Amino acid sequence: MTTAIETKERLAPGAASSEILWEYSPSPESTDHVKVQSRYNLFIGGKFVEPHSRRWFETINPATEETLAEVAEADEEDVDRAVREARRAYEKVWRKIPASERAKYIFRIARLIQEKSRALAVVETMNGGKPIKESRDIDVPLAAAHFFYYAGWADKIDYAFPGRVASPLGVAGQIIPWNFPLLMAAWKIAPALAAGNTVILKPAETTPVTSLMLAEIMQEAELPPGVVNIITGAGATGAALVAHKDIDKIAFTGSTEVGKRIQRALAGTKKRVTLELGGKAPNIVFEDAPIDQAVEGIINGIYFNQGHVCCAGSRLFVQESVLEPVLRKLRQRIGTLRVGNPLDKNTDIGAINSRAQLEKIQELVESGVEEGAEIFQSSCKLPSRGFWFAPTFFTGVSQSNRIAQEEIFGPVLSVLTFRTPEEAIEKANNTPYGLSAGVWTEKGSRILKMAQKLRAGVIWANTYNKFDPTSPFGGYKESGFGREGGMHGLAPYLTLS
Amino acid sequence: MPRLNVRKTYKLYINGEFPRTESGRFYAVRGKGGALLANASRGSRKDLRNAVQAARKAQQGWSGKTAYNRGQILYRIAEVCEARASELAAELRRQGSPAAAARKEVDAVIDRWVYYAGWSDKYAQVFGSVNPVAGPYYNFTVPEPTGVVGIIAPEEPALLGLVSRVAPAIVGGNTVVAVTSESRPLAAITLGEVFETSDVPGGVVNLISGLRSELTPWLAAHMDVNALDATGIAAGALEAVQKAAAENVKRLVRFDADEIGWDDERRSQSPYAIFDFQEMKTVWHPMGM
Amino acid sequence: MTETAIVPPHRTLVPRDYRRSLNDALEMAHGVDAVAAEERAASLAKRSLKKESKLWGLKLAISMIDLTTLEGKDTRGKVWALCQKAIRPEPGDREIPHVAAVCVYPTMIPFVSDALRGSGVKVASVATGFPSGQTFTEIKILETQKTVAAGADEIDMVIDRGAFLSGDYQKVFDEIADVKEACGPAHLKVILETGELANYDQVRKASLIAMYAGADFIKTSTGKVGVNATLPVTLVMFEAIRDFYQATGRMIGMKPAGGISNSKLALAYLVLLYETLGADWMTPDLFRIGASSLLNDILMQIRKEKTGAYQSGDYFTID
Repeated sequence: MTTAIETKERLAPGAASSEILWEYSPSPESTDHVKVQSRYNLFIGGKFVEPHSRRWFETINPATEETLAEVAEADEEDVDRAVREARRAYEKVWRKIPASERAKYIFRIARLIQEKSRALAVVETMNGGKPIKESRDIDVPLAAAHFFYYAGWADKIDYAFPGRVASPLGVAGQIIPWNFPLLMAAWKIAPALAAGNTVILKPAETTPVTSLMLAEIMQEAELPPGVVNIITGAGATGAALVAHKDIDKIAFTGSTEVGKRIQRALAGTKKRVTLELGGKAPNIVFEDAPIDQAVEGIINGIYFNQGHVCCAGSRLFVQESVLEPVLRKLRQRIGTLRVGNPLDKNTDIGAINSRAQLEKIQELVESGVEEGAEIFQSSCKLPSRGFWFAPTFFTGVSQSNRIAQEEIFGPVLSVLTFRTPEEAIEKANNTPYGLSAGVWTEKGSRILKMAQKLRAGVIWANTYNKFDPTSPFGGYKESGFGREGGMHGLAPYLTLS
Repeated sequence: MPRLNVRKTYKLYINGEFPRTESGRFYAVRGKGGALLANASRGSRKDLRNAVQAARKAQQGWSGKTAYNRGQILYRIAEVCEARASELAAELRRQGSPAAAARKEVDAVIDRWVYYAGWSDKYAQVFGSVNPVAGPYYNFTVPEPTGVVGIIAPEEPALLGLVSRVAPAIVGGNTVVAVTSESRPLAAITLGEVFETSDVPGGVVNLISGLRSELTPWLAAHMDVNALDATGIAAGALEAVQKAAAENVKRLVRFDADEIGWDDERRSQSPYAIFDFQEMKTVWHPMGM
Repeated sequence: MTETAIVPPHRTLVPRDYRRSLNDALEMAHGVDAVAAEERAASLAKRSLKKESKLWGLKLAISMIDLTTLEGKDTRGKVWALCQKAIRPEPGDREIPHVAAVCVYPTMIPFVSDALRGSGVKVASVATGFPSGQTFTEIKILETQKTVAAGADEIDMVIDRGAFLSGDYQKVFDEIADVKEACGPAHLKVILETGELANYDQVRKASLIAMYAGADFIKTSTGKVGVNATLPVTLVMFEAIRDFYQATGRMIGMKPAGGISNSKLALAYLVLLYETLGADWMTPDLFRIGASSLLNDILMQIRKEKTGAYQSGDYFTID
């Protein structure tokens, strides 16, 4: 890597640090109560079944590179078996039972996630590398909340689409990414079931374990077999699911590149599709912003979940008149970020999800340096094993730099400046993406005007990276189409007549 | 000798003007029995490009108008269509519609404009929401136009089909580049004259006549078109169009006229047709002292 | 002394070059987003400390306490007992430091001064028409001067909230500057009474006015109104201190007061301090906690950390 700059701009001379005995405990969340099986099979038709492929692959803990479990690799035969089970469950059971009963199953799932919340959080952190404080306080509670929210919709759908009769689509294939594994499973499964569909979910190959624990929850909830099927594997498994003839709908969250591939693969078919793809979100700080909170928002915007967030505020636009104090505070604040063991409750930034992702981040950061942007990195110590990347930002970035254009999906921020609101809007919208945007100003009318002008599906005003089951989420332009969350999140799983 | 009538040159409608096609080519529009009715412009990909540019340029201004204003303009379109009803009907008849059917189609067209005019300041109330998030935030969702919408109008009904797809797109603040019915473009081109005299800003609707097979691939692949209405594309020809559309993740919309039909008023016109060309934007705003 | 001798026209009391500008304060007083500030404070409160750090932090917290009694029924005897506790919070344990100061009403200062002599514990007094501040500036200055003369090392003044809330920032600023002058060698802590200031924007503004007018410390509360110190209010004041330091190079102290009654909360304040202002502020010279019942809770917590058993109040003296 390139130059690491001393991060902690000392606030003042004075007390020698040696006199200060102020350390946060390595207070790792206990893992003894967590049962991770050594091998997981495919969850098809309500049972864990051995894969036709007879192949299993290892899934690791990216913070230690140790193997967490073996999971099955589903081939075309397995996909076909899952689709047949889902179809059978749809035709024979799920479409026939009263909607109010459907609701009760989904409520049960929500409750079971709450009951097992600590174990789910610990495994989410072990398998994905995210800090336990995030999996504990955000991923898992939100996953439960999504099921709880959509459970209530199951028997109220008529009220969501006035003048129309809404019917389920049938069998939905759902492919989710590795950045919020359980939460994305909830975002996909909950509305699909509420709307009366059955599903085949494929989690990402690096983070399958909590989805498989969710399969166990489905069993415990006594969900009719085949209503939810969870199959593991890599890209080929996903492609087989997309290609299967008896699927009515594909819901995908992931990269724009793969999203386009899916859209092409579905061309000429009757399958419905929703895509939640990449982003390169602007986070815009005006000179009258509440600066200290804006700095927190910048930090939360880009370093939350190691920056593995499609809506991450990866392009910071600062009004030139406040650039100096914003950068100063940002440097100070980055110096206090704690990078390390994701299971430690004090950890702010965990492990990068995989070696491949780490290499991608490194490559883009190097391109930033080569293109002449100035790099600032936290001088925090990084563990020797596992995949890590120190919180980083670039100044002197121009719109044309790769780091200002491409999604890095890591803890790397590009800082750009603007002089007028018009310039901020123009630069912010100057991207093929349109997932999210942040605005920081104390002026209410400006917030609403900016919110109107920014071409993005989610606008955070004086906050960032907030999620809620009632709040629709999804992109404009190449960030995809369809919404997840809220009443709008039902539409992708229904046909109206 | 009887007076020699003056024939109309059917040109394109781009950016509020009626240019000849850049290609300098035309194609013959024939009536029953192969009689030549007119030479229609054979629009080219460059005409499409110009139309998309005009639509893009007009989009912000159009969506920036108040909903009330857009509703008034759509209603004005209805008024002008009513005034020119016999002309529009005559054109449909020339292209082979029986008189009663032609008049009925024009009436439906007028009613459709009135219907969508009335939606302009209401659909946001139907599709928007205030979301009760678990925290001190005011959170709301509003529909916003997708942007530039490409429309492949159906061959039949040439006028009602076009209007049924254009009206819900523009009432929601989108601007449109529409490829008109290939075999029966005449009334659609006259519709351009209606727009031109109805306070519709230039560029909001652009109409290109020509050969569908030539134009569709360019429109589907155009990177500055945000959504594609493939109503006029036969099911068998969809695959290539949809593949091209994926290049910039276009939203694809298709009204299945074979299944629903244009006479089903409840389903061939509805706020859901507006919804199809909308993006949902959600805004989070903290509530604090 | 005659009245005129003690109270010269106060505008001439303060040397011109001493005053900083009110405008400097107001320029820096941008808005604070309430929701985001509260979220940040809440997230910091979740930090968990290492056992040794916890012990160290608890002892540090004791050394930062302004052990306080501010009641109409305070007597010489009560105050004397409090001073003994302040000097030796836990007689059996030599590792336990004395508290930072004993804070009382002005008339108690002579007794406190006697009781604490040579102990290292500072003598602190509230003044300026505490707690409401609704009296004449001349009287506030006189009260300050007499209290310092009686032996106070530190003066905790209250700002004129009436003037502040009616927008007369100049009056607030001038009065603080005058009281600072009247303090002479004594340190000045300026109480904003944040519970009466309505919102964080006002807290930030009042903090900056106080610092630019000459405060050595800024302090949240009198303990006499419904809302006392909170973590987010303290965070906002820390941030103002940080910005003031950046602009002037002067390190100002901070004193949350009221409602900090247990060890866990005290440690949360220290986490907030460490994360916002850094290690350099972790000294009684720059951070105090105004409290009365906190001390015993910390002592119980320390003994629990040492013995491993949860403690009973019966084994800790009440003074």
